Amino acid sequence: MAKAEATPEQQTQVEMRQAQESALIGRILTGERNCFHDLIRPYERRIYVTVFSMVRNAGEAEEIVQETMLKAYRSLSGFRGESKFSSWLTAIALNEARACLRKAGRQDTFSVDAEFENEEGECQPFQLRDWREIPLEMLERNNLARLLQDAIQELPEKYRTVFVLRDVEEMSIEETARLLGLEPGNVKIRLHRARMMLQNRLAPALQRENPARRGIWAFLRRRP
Amino acid sequence: MRIDCQEAWKALSAYLDGYIDPVLRAQIERHVQFCEVCSAVLDSTRNILYLTADDRVFELPGNFSERLHARIDEVLQREAP
Repeated sequence: MAKAEATPEQQTQVEMRQAQESALIGRILTGERNCFHDLIRPYERRIYVTVFSMVRNAGEAEEIVQETMLKAYRSLSGFRGESKFSSWLTAIALNEARACLRKAGRQDTFSVDAEFENEEGECQPFQLRDWREIPLEMLERNNLARLLQDAIQELPEKYRTVFVLRDVEEMSIEETARLLGLEPGNVKIRLHRARMMLQNRLAPALQRENPARRGIWAFLRRRP
Repeated sequence: MRIDCQEAWKALSAYLDGYIDPVLRAQIERHVQFCEVCSAVLDSTRNILYLTADDRVFELPGNFSERLHARIDEVLQREAP
């Protein structure tokens, strides 16, 4: 789960990674082209997930990730290091995904704003009384993965993008705000609404499909 | 001072992320001790975030990485950055 502030150790790791990336970029630009593979390898997965959540099609998402990486390679000399390399890559991916959606004339057809907001604009959570644990077999059978993917993809775009950058890519509020040209306060509001919409959408479905079993969350919570 | 369910929900996201005033944090924690609805809402939202971060939820297509690097290789062979 994304955290608000990095610990000093995490900050050191980030700085080390940035230094390694700067060194790799320098080597690529001076002729060691194959270093580009190492540069992008840590980000393949999260860029794919971000793009997939936008275009909602695995084949298109894969094509867009490839185009993103090639565009990054061709524009690498223009990367000034003012932002993180990962944020720069994500910005390219978001532009590519949006271009793909525009080209296909696809827009969000599912808007849940009105459904989930009261007159004060606040999202209401689904008021369950007993949250049962989710059986491991359900996750393994992909039912749960599918439910979650569908719910994320059905979020209106402005909420979905913030949620994916923050809770899937684990960007900070500030990075997300910079990337989307928003104020940090707006990012927090959108993130909150996105999470409430997901809770509202998923809690009843998971509760319905879930037999009375407990214990799997202890397994999931062990994940760092 | 006690808070009600609406106030607790409004601060839920900030609570989960940790960027929250310590007084409000303590009020939420006290509230969910006694409110089973908010306790379940908090747990379900937190669990959805744990799931979102689980690699098994968003699986890459088979051989995704191989195809990506093969495509990059084609370009690396013929183009300088």
